[in-house]
Amino acid sequence: MDVLTLSRLQFAITSMFHFIFVPLTLGLSILTAFMETRYVMTGDTTYLKMTKFWGKLFLINFALGVVTGITMEFQFGMNWAEYSRYVGDIFGAPLAIEATVAFFLESVFIGLWIFGWNKVSQKVHAASIWLVALATNLSALWILLANGWMQHPVGYVLRNGRAEMVDFMAMITNPDGLLKFAHQLTSGYTVAAFFVMGVSAWHLLRKNETDFFIRSFRIAATFGLFSTVAVGIFGDMSAVEVAKVQPTKFAAMESVWESRHGVGMNLLLLPDPPNECNSVEGVCVPNAVSLLAFHDPNALIKGLKEFPPELRPPVLPTFISFRLMAGLGSYFILAALAATILSRWGKIENQKLLLKLLLYSLPLPYLANFLGWVVAEVGRQPWIVYGVLKTSAGVSKSVSLSQVIGSLVGFTLLYGFLGVIDIYLLAKFARKGPDNDLSTLIKPRGQEA
Amino acid sequence: MELQIIWFILWGVLWAVYFMLDGFVMGAGILHNLIGKSDGDKRVMINTIGPVWEGNEVWLVTAGGVTFAAFPTTYALMFSYLYSALFLLLCALIVRGVSYEFRSKEEHPLWRKGWDSAIMAGNFLPALLFGVAFGNIFEGLPMDGAGYHGSLLSLLNPYGLLTGCLFVALFTVHGALYLTVKTTGDLSKRARTTANNLWPGLLTVAVAFLVYTNFATRLYDNYLAHPLLMIVPLSAVASLLAIRIFSAKGNPLAAFTASSVTILTVVATAIVGLFPNLIPSSMDPASSLTLYNSSSSPYTLKLMLVVVAIFIPIIIGYKIWIYRIFRAPVREEDVLGDKQAY
Ligand code: HDD
Ligand code: HEM
Ligand code: HEM
Repeated sequence: MDVLTLSRLQFAITSMFHFIFVPLTLGLSILTAFMETRYVMTGDTTYLKMTKFWGKLFLINFALGVVTGITMEFQFGMNWAEYSRYVGDIFGAPLAIEATVAFFLESVFIGLWIFGWNKVSQKVHAASIWLVALATNLSALWILLANGWMQHPVGYVLRNGRAEMVDFMAMITNPDGLLKFAHQLTSGYTVAAFFVMGVSAWHLLRKNETDFFIRSFRIAATFGLFSTVAVGIFGDMSAVEVAKVQPTKFAAMESVWESRHGVGMNLLLLPDPPNECNSVEGVCVPNAVSLLAFHDPNALIKGLKEFPPELRPPVLPTFISFRLMAGLGSYFILAALAATILSRWGKIENQKLLLKLLLYSLPLPYLANFLGWVVAEVGRQPWIVYGVLKTSAGVSKSVSLSQVIGSLVGFTLLYGFLGVIDIYLLAKFARKGPDNDLSTLIKPRGQEA
Repeated sequence: MELQIIWFILWGVLWAVYFMLDGFVMGAGILHNLIGKSDGDKRVMINTIGPVWEGNEVWLVTAGGVTFAAFPTTYALMFSYLYSALFLLLCALIVRGVSYEFRSKEEHPLWRKGWDSAIMAGNFLPALLFGVAFGNIFEGLPMDGAGYHGSLLSLLNPYGLLTGCLFVALFTVHGALYLTVKTTGDLSKRARTTANNLWPGLLTVAVAFLVYTNFATRLYDNYLAHPLLMIVPLSAVASLLAIRIFSAKGNPLAAFTASSVTILTVVATAIVGLFPNLIPSSMDPASSLTLYNSSSSPYTLKLMLVVVAIFIPIIIGYKIWIYRIFRAPVREEDVLGDKQAY
């Protein structure tokens, strides 16, 4: 093991860990804000209870998202100094903008939301969670524009021994970044929708607080239906973009070895990278890959053999992750559709089978999120900035092996420990159900401020 | 003025504001078990910090992000050279953040004791590490064209440690004064006594620091060349004395303001002394990272200047508004009667 490998491992672990919390934050902040708004509009205290209950889970999750984010911010300099020096002129900007535009807003107003129940009017209080939701979504925009630039660098020149920005507009209109943003937001919403449906299903199966959880479930199901369909649409658009700008990644996603026109999609497929072919191919949907990639059934797909082996990404993880993610995506659409229909027009509390299914589906959107990032990041290899800088050239020169081993072990232990506590607390408060004593919260209208 | 100079000033301002704001969080955390006697006390203290600590920590995230965007070479070398110190810092900040959130989520005394220790360690360690790191930057890092020649142990030299002590002492007094203002009754009295008792210690460390700086660093060169600049360190000394005067007079808010100004001016003193270096080299002056040889392109600097010119005033605006909403001291009955409280 060398510094490069361990730094990659550490980056993967810390970003994956940050990313356990981020998607739920993206979606649950919006759902909580929606519930509180309904309360302010209708005065119906069930909505207030919902805000409190889901809001508490939101906060337990949020805390870890924030603290692990700081590691991300520092790590580029710590482990990827050569990378940072080489592209900092461009890559630093969205990170700094993210902090000034999004993180301040988010962290200041989350304080108001948590501690301000009795200090500001209901409307201002509800506005503060909307600002938090807006800010978390904005932070995703900037970080994904940064990542989009690594996937498809635009608006720069190579000058003074580094990449320098010449066109900021090109960076913020980079289709790669914007598609990542759209796909990521909606996949975060999917996580939140399945989270709320899963927890509600657990209670509905036990007939706890039926009215409360049916109503929560209904909101989440509708939100989930919209989100899962959007994830699929943006995912398809992402694939089209990848085929255009990252041919090596696309070939690995579909495990295409030979360049051909009108490539079909094998539903059964097993890549055999050592022999540069697929060991199993079967049940072919003719021309599907070409159609997917270029919306043209006869389009030319470049195979992996077109590229020298050292420029190809690891095929197996990229391919498997992509298949699984897309498969899960299709399942989510069906599940959200069934949940929406039954919670609107049927008696969802009697649908034991569907409720059980949704309960056990709770982790699946998280899984799909991880898989998506494996496709994006592993599929980008060996480049850290596609076509511009190799990952091996980006690693810090002054960091020693023992330092990286120390931090890798340290982060893994600390994160593992905190992860266990976080899951314990989430489970504890999720099981406890809503708090029915709202006496410290409700004050007569007009006296709030 | 040149763009790089504006950015150098902004860089210094971000660190100064960060230390002023997070300084009282760290100070209050260091004193957590020392001033807080009962569980109620501790919860009150956490609730004085609760609404604002995250917003204060973001100044650090921004300082990091701005270093990346405006001085990428400094960001890259500073962060990779100080690797192990930063790793410890990150662990401490992570632990601190979750302890506020987790502590009151379980009743068990052992659970709460554990997080109380985590709050103390998670606040003490960053204060010390920031001091040590900045002390070493003032001295200059052992770096040349071939790279870095230091280690975690070499950071722990006498001057680095002294700067660490200075940061800890400054922040602890600052935190004690914050708690004096933001709590009531016995707790507030204890916090005030603590501030008064610690002040002579702070003064001693500060004097030692000022003297040792003359021998260990070149920070005073700029002042010798431009005596008018002496106004910065002189106001640091004046505000340090003002802390004691206001605190003795029984005006904790003024004393807290004075300690805020002290932190701002101490950092300013160092930044003025560093100019035009961001990180001097102790081995080879030509390898120092200056605002000229480590900055971004003019295009990026201009772009980022527009961004901060628009957003920093907005941020300051809503931060002041929030601090005003939470200006009242926290009382024990507020916390115990409120299920939302931490
Ligand atoms: C709930 C999560 C989820 C679901 C159901 C899907 N995705 Fe996804 N996908 C992600 C979550 C995700 C992600 C975690 O958000 C990624 C990683 C990077 C990114 O921008 O989004 C991603 C990346 C990603 C990429 C790589 C983009 C790149 O490398 O630049 C492609 C091509 C797709 N997705 C396509 C799809 C398709 C065709 C889906 C079929 C329905 C799909 N995704 C479902
Ligand atoms: C938060 C969600 C993300 C996850 C889960 C994730 C996952 C990963 C993984 C698994 C790797 C290792 C790939 C390999 O070594 O084969 C990696 C590498 C990397 N990713 Fe990401 N990534 C995420 C977001 C980002 C973003 C937003 C950026 C940039 C802004 C980024 C930048 C990098 C860098 C610099 C590396 C190191 C080079 C490398 O080892 O490939 N990642 N990431
Ligand atoms: C790899 C690059 C990344 C860096 C450097 C980074 C940095 C950070 C930092 C510093 C924070 C804490 C903010 C605070 O103090 O309030 C944070 C939180 C957050 N980040 Fe990341 N992040 C990365 C990846 C991502 C990605 C890919 C997304 C979204 C798609 C994302 C979304 C968020 C959100 C929503 C938060 C708010 C709190 C939470 O996570 O629950 N981050 N991030």
